[in-house]
Amino acid sequence: MEVGSSTIAAGGPASARTRGTGSGDLVPGKLDGTVARVLDWLRRNLFSSIANTILTLVVLAVLVWAVPPFVAWTLTDATISGSAKSACSGDGACWTFIRIRFPQFFYGHYPSEEIWRVNLAGLLLAAFSIPVLRDNVRRRGLWLLLLLTAFPVLAGILLVGGLPGLPYVDTSRWGGLMLDVLIAFVVVAGSLPFGIILALGRRSQLPVVRTLSVGFIELWRAMPLLTVITMSAVMLPLFLPEGVHIDRLIRALVVLVLFNAAYMAETVRGGLQGVEVGQEEAAYSVGLKWWQVEAFVVLPQALRYVMPGIVNNVVDLFKDTTLVTIIGLFDILGAVNQAIKDPAWLGLAHEGYVFTMVVFFACCFAMSSYARRMERRLNKHRTGKR
Amino acid sequence: MVRRPSRRAYIGQWVLLAGVVGLGWLLASMVAENYARKNLHFGFGFLADQAHFDIPFHLISWDLFDTYGRTLLVCFLNTALVAAMAIVTATLLGLLVGVMRLSVNWLVRNIALAFIEFVRNTPQLVQLIFWYVGVLQTLPSPRNSIHLPGGVLLNIRGLYVPDAVMRTDGGLLSWLALAVLVATPFVWRLRIGSVRVGPKALCLPLLAVALFAAGIDHIEYPVLSGFNLAGGTQVPPELAALWVGLSVYATAFIAEIVRGSIEAISKGQHEAALALGLKGWQRLFLVVLPQALRIMVPQLTSQYLNIIKSTTLGAAVGYSELMQIFAGTVMQQAAKEVETMVIVMAIFVAVNLAGSALMNWYNRRVSLVER
Repeated sequence: MEVGSSTIAAGGPASARTRGTGSGDLVPGKLDGTVARVLDWLRRNLFSSIANTILTLVVLAVLVWAVPPFVAWTLTDATISGSAKSACSGDGACWTFIRIRFPQFFYGHYPSEEIWRVNLAGLLLAAFSIPVLRDNVRRRGLWLLLLLTAFPVLAGILLVGGLPGLPYVDTSRWGGLMLDVLIAFVVVAGSLPFGIILALGRRSQLPVVRTLSVGFIELWRAMPLLTVITMSAVMLPLFLPEGVHIDRLIRALVVLVLFNAAYMAETVRGGLQGVEVGQEEAAYSVGLKWWQVEAFVVLPQALRYVMPGIVNNVVDLFKDTTLVTIIGLFDILGAVNQAIKDPAWLGLAHEGYVFTMVVFFACCFAMSSYARRMERRLNKHRTGKR
Repeated sequence: MVRRPSRRAYIGQWVLLAGVVGLGWLLASMVAENYARKNLHFGFGFLADQAHFDIPFHLISWDLFDTYGRTLLVCFLNTALVAAMAIVTATLLGLLVGVMRLSVNWLVRNIALAFIEFVRNTPQLVQLIFWYVGVLQTLPSPRNSIHLPGGVLLNIRGLYVPDAVMRTDGGLLSWLALAVLVATPFVWRLRIGSVRVGPKALCLPLLAVALFAAGIDHIEYPVLSGFNLAGGTQVPPELAALWVGLSVYATAFIAEIVRGSIEAISKGQHEAALALGLKGWQRLFLVVLPQALRIMVPQLTSQYLNIIKSTTLGAAVGYSELMQIFAGTVMQQAAKEVETMVIVMAIFVAVNLAGSALMNWYNRRVSLVER
């Protein structure tokens, strides 16, 4: 973070004075030793002026007031051993609750002797994703294709079962974080291709195709996600012939794919606009057909450019998977909501929700950091070229 | 696009249109068939039927014998109320946190960063439920209310704020105050001779406040009577939770927008302001922010629309808004799944389109100034 450009704001009247007197402009070269360097850093970053010093002291006072009780609650006074609420006698958090309920929060009602199948599917997901996410991997496209085709088949067989050695597990027993990850994966795999088609449609020269794409995208983007999910629960059955019943999970997945496709389409459109027209003209001039131009020239460049945006979309939709709780699916939030109502574990709402937030934070922060890193690399690549 | 699509493509698009229309017709006929089978009739006549249920929180009067149409109005106003409250707080807090993010002070800068990262990377629904179940429902009973400055009381039944009781002739004065307030921006742009009124117009809002204050008879403070509180205005915990939840979540996103657009303003602007001898807050409010606003507005609009859409999460904490009451209670009671959903969706689509149109209008105006 450059401090120089940061003086624009919040330094308040102080930063003007700083510049005038030059009290913040200590030359690091003149000071030797670690202590001196630390002192210099402190002076520049925390005590550069009177106002800044006051600000620092106020913030420190707030931190001293707020942090120790929080640390005491989460760590020093907390309990994690034992097997019942009676084990939690201290004032701190009762992590025992989380430890005991852990399988439910992660796997829902999946039969406990079959949980290895979920874990294996998770490992497979990681194994297939890593080559896609890392750079300098050869045949990255092939890995992506495998992630979107071979992996769902393998994971589907593992999770549903119904084969000798793999007993059948009904989707109503799926739940916990596993359900969130599963929904997120299916929705990404479905909405990305659909979103690309919509983005191409929105840029098409065919008036009907363009109007239909714009209408679809704007309509779905105008609706709240909760309305859309409720629609899947109460309205979708009315669109089906008598006697046909579609699983509640699949109905939710269908509308989530349609909903997120509209968002993916807008992200991809940004990338399509970033590809120079000359690329397209060159491709046409060597005699490629429309679909060849899009598939081999325009899209590879556009998608590379919008990868960070797509990852951010994935973060958003992963967070949004918690909304399926409201239509009664048993995801991690649903599991926590139910667990804190258990008479044996009453009054542990804080632990449950803090745990949920930490789990989501770990996943989403990793993804958004990855997106940011990728963005920086892309920008370096682009600016370095010119 | 460089090449004109082929004739085959032109024919193809009509086939696509036919397919879409066909699909729509198929779905509609399926709904009609299902309605006929259940002996239901499609129509919006139910809006005139009596509702016979109570709405816990309403801004306009509500009676058990009022119609479903009035339910819709009550819910819409509730949604609008919480959206407006959240938009105002999120904008102010977002500005604050965004500016903190650019502070020269390392501690302030990184606290803002930690807040933004934490809020942006956890689900909004979990945050909302945490505010409701984890914070507001653990508050003390009315007897042991927490006393906040200004006579405000906080307890498990919500937030109790003092009420201003108007004199009998106070109504007229407050209308006058409102009129003065509305007139302020117009007076600002007025020219007397060749002199613009400009910032001198800011004395008008002060006048409005004075007029309003003159109309107040006395302030009614909430006090404990028996097991409950009397007097004052109650902000129910559901509204408070939704308000805080929406505001905090949007604050993190708005802060990033503010930071991004301030950073996008060229350093020369800031240095020129410095050279003119403007003070820190003058540089920020007179030079940097007005220019950053132009970059901010489109992104801010989409955040505001997000807040409006997210008010539906009120259904998770039981706030009486469109999803909870109209697409919930009314839908089940009147057995009008399609009609209620269509109305709710139409409202959100209309609000979104209006928001986008407003933003485009504003953008055109601002870019005209820029030339």
